[in-house]
Amino acid sequence: MPYDPSDPLKDRITDIGPRYYADFFPPVIKNNKGKWLYHDILEPGVLMHKSETGDEVYTVRVGGCRLMSVEHIKEICDIADKHCDGYLRFTTRNNIEFMVDSKEKVKPLVDDLKSRKFEAGSNKFPVGGTGAGVTNIVHTQGWAHCHTPAIDASGVVKAVMDGIYDEFGSMRLPAPVRVSLACCLNMCGAVHCSDIAILGIHRKPPMIDSEWIDKLCELPLAIAACPTGAIKPAKTATGLKSLEVNAERCMFCGNCYTMCAAMPLADDLGSGVAILVGGKLSNRISKPKFSKVVIPFIPNEPPRWETTVKAVKNILDVYAADARKYERLGEWAERIGWERFFEKTNIPFTHHLIDDYRFAYTTWRQSTQFKF
Amino acid sequence: MGKHKTPMLDELEKGPWPSFVSDIKQQVEKGKHVLKEAPDDLLGVMELSYEDKVTHWKHGGIVGVFGYGGGIIGRYCDQPQQFPGVAHFHTVRVNQPSSKYYTTKFLRELCDLWEKHGSGLTNLHGSTGDIVFLGTTTDHLEPLFFEMTHELNQDLGGSGSNLRTPECCLGKSRCQFACYDTQEVCHQLTNEYQDELHRPAFPYKFKFKFDGCPNGCVASIARSDMSVIGTWRDDIRIDQKAVAAYVNGEIKPNAGAHGSRDWGKFDIQKEVIDLCPTNCMSYDGKALEINNRECTRCMHCLNVMPQALRVGLDQGASILFGAKAPILEGAQMSTLTVPFMKIEPPYDELKDLIEKVWDWWMEEGKNRERLGELIQRKSFQEFLRVIELDPDPRMVDEPRSNPYIFWKEEEVEGGWTRDIDAFRAKHQR
Repeated sequence: MPYDPSDPLKDRITDIGPRYYADFFPPVIKNNKGKWLYHDILEPGVLMHKSETGDEVYTVRVGGCRLMSVEHIKEICDIADKHCDGYLRFTTRNNIEFMVDSKEKVKPLVDDLKSRKFEAGSNKFPVGGTGAGVTNIVHTQGWAHCHTPAIDASGVVKAVMDGIYDEFGSMRLPAPVRVSLACCLNMCGAVHCSDIAILGIHRKPPMIDSEWIDKLCELPLAIAACPTGAIKPAKTATGLKSLEVNAERCMFCGNCYTMCAAMPLADDLGSGVAILVGGKLSNRISKPKFSKVVIPFIPNEPPRWETTVKAVKNILDVYAADARKYERLGEWAERIGWERFFEKTNIPFTHHLIDDYRFAYTTWRQSTQFKF
Repeated sequence: MGKHKTPMLDELEKGPWPSFVSDIKQQVEKGKHVLKEAPDDLLGVMELSYEDKVTHWKHGGIVGVFGYGGGIIGRYCDQPQQFPGVAHFHTVRVNQPSSKYYTTKFLRELCDLWEKHGSGLTNLHGSTGDIVFLGTTTDHLEPLFFEMTHELNQDLGGSGSNLRTPECCLGKSRCQFACYDTQEVCHQLTNEYQDELHRPAFPYKFKFKFDGCPNGCVASIARSDMSVIGTWRDDIRIDQKAVAAYVNGEIKPNAGAHGSRDWGKFDIQKEVIDLCPTNCMSYDGKALEINNRECTRCMHCLNVMPQALRVGLDQGASILFGAKAPILEGAQMSTLTVPFMKIEPPYDELKDLIEKVWDWWMEEGKNRERLGELIQRKSFQEFLRVIELDPDPRMVDEPRSNPYIFWKEEEVEGGWTRDIDAFRAKHQR
């Protein structure tokens, strides 16, 4: 029975949840779930998992653009039909994984993937993203779909991945490097624990659309939204209810704009990129760590964000040359000391990098131990 | 070719990494999507943003399907006359299957559905894990939902102040480290809490994420209000023969993860024993020994020698609460709350815990206050009282250094009521 617009609630089905994952398992996964013994990365982008049943599954990992067309997904399906009996999966970092159940099937699959290019020349399915290398960048919507961004997302990611492309297809770094991008402080990309985080920030306080603000917003909610108490009620010359921002107290989080559309703050000169480094999620060797701000601002440079790409590449190169095997970027920076990090990377240390928000004191140095 | 000139975006067709611009252009040329102008106008409005260096999307309006308060996010362009194809460009979040395995049959069905009712553009996947359909108009929402539920047996995901679509790592399906069935618990809890997922009744968003081991591939410790992270409490299983094979160079260390660079011969002392954060391992040239009681299960030795070491058999999970991104009080990671819980169907112990947490947060939480912020505001002690857990030194890095203890009256002998006259009888004013 097709949808009947005159009676939208007829035969309605709700609250059925997602499809059952196990219905989508390829046979080699279905037969070996819970029986895996170990894995081995045969070459960048190619994993082998061995089961106690003797079965092996070979996984070929390729980078994807998270912003993806239906045409592209159909091509992914064609590849999975041709090589993988119609099964595939996606990773949490927007990679696509094609799985086959024997070693002979790997090379034809890899060759096929590597042969596919967009008309303009970029690779459709770069193989890599495993082990001690750079895997795909997780990111947000940016100028493609979001109302609060300070930067674009897909374009910056494309430019940065072009710049560090060789690290995606190889495993020559001291440890995995997770690069993430969030186009504003809301961080739907949650970049706060990444080895290298590219974060969109604003630097101009919100404007007040006084003629409209009382019609568009709940003023008390906008006032309450400010974590520094910088917003207070005001009246326009014509007597309209409005708001006023104490600019000196504003730290440009944009939370007021989230609550009130009449307080836009994005700006061509004010908004741009901050770079944070040294975060990690895994509990391996050291505890999970937050990323720390090391470059407070880089202007938006569409279409290729040259300065941002250079900054990421520089940090990556210095780390790769200096860190010990297994040492994550943040562990390396802590071992050599942050004073050395800034010296080696040649990044200027400015007042912006000293915390002055909540818990700031916990990041200041209460010791005479430092390096000259 | 497309109807807009996009010289800046065209620059992003160059270089080796897959170009989303090339991809959108192929959808423009070949796509069968019903909203004919949408991909073309998306390129147009993005080009305008590249010129202006600011976004051209407005705040979302309230759109959705009947009976649900989440799953659809309204989106409107602020230059609708120039770009009519994306004037209304709403997002549809579709709840992904646990750990994102697909058959091509199902993916093609999703593609067909989205061609019929939208722009033909997607995110695979959104940050929280959903399949994201990017861009449609309000009139398509009900038919899309009807066909998705009736023909694809598939529901929407979460948005707004509700339970967000839960997510898990691939767990036991293809990983030897998983200490519980992340996929099954993710699926079961998603179904158990459909009402919380579709109908916003919370102070703000709430996320579950399920990591199978402390490597944390799904980032639960940073990205979820409740992080369930697999662990074990008995001994790491050791295959001494395989240890010797690593030492002798017969097996590549770290599962080959450093394969593109010559780091020299594997040195078990330097690469495993000395890097163990608790110094609980030793190797005498013949056998590897682990003092398991002192092990904190950081995973390093298991990662380096996966063919020799396996996680213990008494498996379960640690449960942590309160992670979030910076807005508002600063970023937080989850705090260890339940050191160990068995995670087995029907997951009653876990559900009971979740419901106690929600009851408290819904009662006490302010508008847009995440659980982690509420715990900070009301105290971790208060949180423990609510979920009926005894304090445990595992929950803190160190005891407090300030002595400002909020004693309870019942803890103090004789209570707090005293007689000032009796005091004065002994102490002159």
